Amino acid sequence: MINPQIEIQLIAALVAAACAIPGVFLVLRKMALISDAISHSILPGIVLGFFITQDLNSPLLIILAAGTGIITVVLVERIQKTGLVKEDTAIGLVFPALFSIGVLLIAKNANDIHLDVDAVLLGELAFASFDRFLLLGIDAGPKAAWIMGVILLITLSLLYLFFKELKVSTFDVGLSSALGFSPAILHYGLMSVSSITVVGAFDAVGAILVVALMIAPAAAAYLLTADLKKMLWLSVCFGVFAAISGYWLAHWLDASIAGSITTVLGLVFLLVYFFAPQKGLLSVMYRQKQQRTEVSLLTFLLHLNNHQEIEERHINHLREHINWQQVKANTVVELAIDNNLITITNEVISLTTKGLDFTQTALEYIITNKNDKIEHLKDDFFLFRG
Amino acid sequence: MSITEYFNLLFTDYTLRTISLGTAVLGAICGMLGSFAVLRKQSLLGDAISHAALPGIAIAFLITGAKDTNILLLGALVSGLIGAFWIRGMISKTHLKSDTALGLVLSLFFGFGMLLLTYIQKQPNANQAGLDKYLFGQAATLVESDVILMLLVTGIALVVVLLFWKEFKLLLFDQDYANTLGFNTKFIDILITFFIVLAIVIGLQTVGVVLMSAMLLAPAAAARQWTSSLAVMVFLAALIGAFSGVFGTAISASQDNLSTGPVIVLVASFFVVVSFVFSPTRGLLFKQIRLIKNRRDLQLKKTLQFMYGIAQTHENIDHPHTIRILNNFQGFTKKSLRKMEENQWILLNKQQWSLTLKGFAEAQNLFNQQTQHD
Repeated sequence: MINPQIEIQLIAALVAAACAIPGVFLVLRKMALISDAISHSILPGIVLGFFITQDLNSPLLIILAAGTGIITVVLVERIQKTGLVKEDTAIGLVFPALFSIGVLLIAKNANDIHLDVDAVLLGELAFASFDRFLLLGIDAGPKAAWIMGVILLITLSLLYLFFKELKVSTFDVGLSSALGFSPAILHYGLMSVSSITVVGAFDAVGAILVVALMIAPAAAAYLLTADLKKMLWLSVCFGVFAAISGYWLAHWLDASIAGSITTVLGLVFLLVYFFAPQKGLLSVMYRQKQQRTEVSLLTFLLHLNNHQEIEERHINHLREHINWQQVKANTVVELAIDNNLITITNEVISLTTKGLDFTQTALEYIITNKNDKIEHLKDDFFLFRG
Repeated sequence: MSITEYFNLLFTDYTLRTISLGTAVLGAICGMLGSFAVLRKQSLLGDAISHAALPGIAIAFLITGAKDTNILLLGALVSGLIGAFWIRGMISKTHLKSDTALGLVLSLFFGFGMLLLTYIQKQPNANQAGLDKYLFGQAATLVESDVILMLLVTGIALVVVLLFWKEFKLLLFDQDYANTLGFNTKFIDILITFFIVLAIVIGLQTVGVVLMSAMLLAPAAAARQWTSSLAVMVFLAALIGAFSGVFGTAISASQDNLSTGPVIVLVASFFVVVSFVFSPTRGLLFKQIRLIKNRRDLQLKKTLQFMYGIAQTHENIDHPHTIRILNNFQGFTKKSLRKMEENQWILLNKQQWSLTLKGFAEAQNLFNQQTQHD
């Protein structure tokens, strides 16, 4: 491995970590799309900042562009407050307009400006290590790494200082304002950090892939845990893992690094989406199937409870009467037998005392609709939740 | 080239006519279908789908190796649809919210598309150049066959919208009711989503992945401000969309270095701003004017009530009082007194006022509303 390779991976990992932290809060606060809006609408800010500073990496440009991000957020909120359109429409109206202004500014000044829309939107990590940071005349590494490092450091220290406030205001706005933490300050603080991170990261990974780095690790982590600290750790790990393996994928395919980082992120998310133990697609579908069987069983038992006549309880009649398929009927009957809820004598089904007891409780639950009736059923009978 | 020249050229120049017609048709179909997206609170679905279409274009190119617009758009359609239905699946099956689902599909599909595009660029295939026009769109590359395709799609969309008008309307405003009436809401839902995706895919070539969502939203958001009838809104949105297309093309053709897509978006945004401010019922301007008028009216009534209180202490109502005694009370101005005289509530005589019978009756009726107003 040669030196620039290590540097590029370092930058990618720094960007991923710096994006993942605000990303977690955006996803939890249902504001994930704000990151998309910010990442587009910083374009005019970057162009104007570039006119002033003539340097894509100057801190002034980052602050100016981040300012445009804040303006976007404020504009969206103002438009939303008029009540003329819904929030999502407001987002969808503001950022394309600002982005268009940015594109036109670049097109109009194409001769004086070393900036093209592709670069802003897609970024090129491979060139990031060419721009060196000179400290007292000594080469101190790539500028992008320093910028992202500083941003990550600021984000981390803010997170450490305001962790409690952020946590409370994310999950319970009412409580947090009652406790005296201004939700507005935390909201705009988070927005500012997100804006600065997006701007700092755009020339490494591009505006749209910043969105992927913010949302995907957080969303994957959210499917795995309900603990905020764990979620933060997990999403940083996912981000850094995707950054480094994405680099090698790009190296192997000879394609865009940012694109392959996103692809790895996509694969990671897909894996988690399918296989997450509690909230993954497969386990959700399995659980839903279980619940369907449980409800069927309950219907079956209630039916038995309602009918004393022999012909209504005959095993062949049931299939007709409740209109179940053969397989489903077998599953339900077997489940009931396994739980000692029914006995079958001469193809006539009757409830056991345990079954009667069970049905009575269930009936009581259905009538009163109080949860405490059904709670102990789950403990008494192993059939519930598999 | 100035704008007037442009309109002269519009009828003679083939290229310009094709492009203008293309952007106008695009604006119309986007406005029409965008209305449904906006009312269904799916405004940002367009943004996600347009980004999600990118890998489809790249994969279609990788498979066929040819740059046939129709095949590329077919690829975009398939991958856009996959994106749209994944979003629905994610929202219904997991606890991720719609914003996260949209953002995920948007960025992950787009990133994968970028990976494929850069991979294609490194391939020794001379045909590959120009795929990136789908990123930002190039209206200038529109040819007659593209416009015919657009017209065809618009025609089909129009027929479907007219055919399923009742169902669409019902689904938009009361999905549960539609369900209880026995409509197959899932099918109608898929139908709307399908046509929204179709409109987006059609527009990719002209305005590009990034700005497509604005084409869908802006005309609809503008039209919404002028009417509360779905039919009028859809029609208006189509009209505004078409106008944005034509004006945008005109402005970008009359200047150097102005790309068409962003200009169209800015023109559409301009329509939105104008609608927000000047719409007679919902607009900010008239809302403010109504607010001020109501406030004045209230002040007037307050003054009248005060006068009524004074008049009550005298035997005859029309006993004159000096205006000065109103000084303790902040609600009156010269203008409001004159206004009250116009209403024949009071009579003014130099520095004195006296309540008329009409004014007395009006004041008596202010709070308990015993007599009905005309």
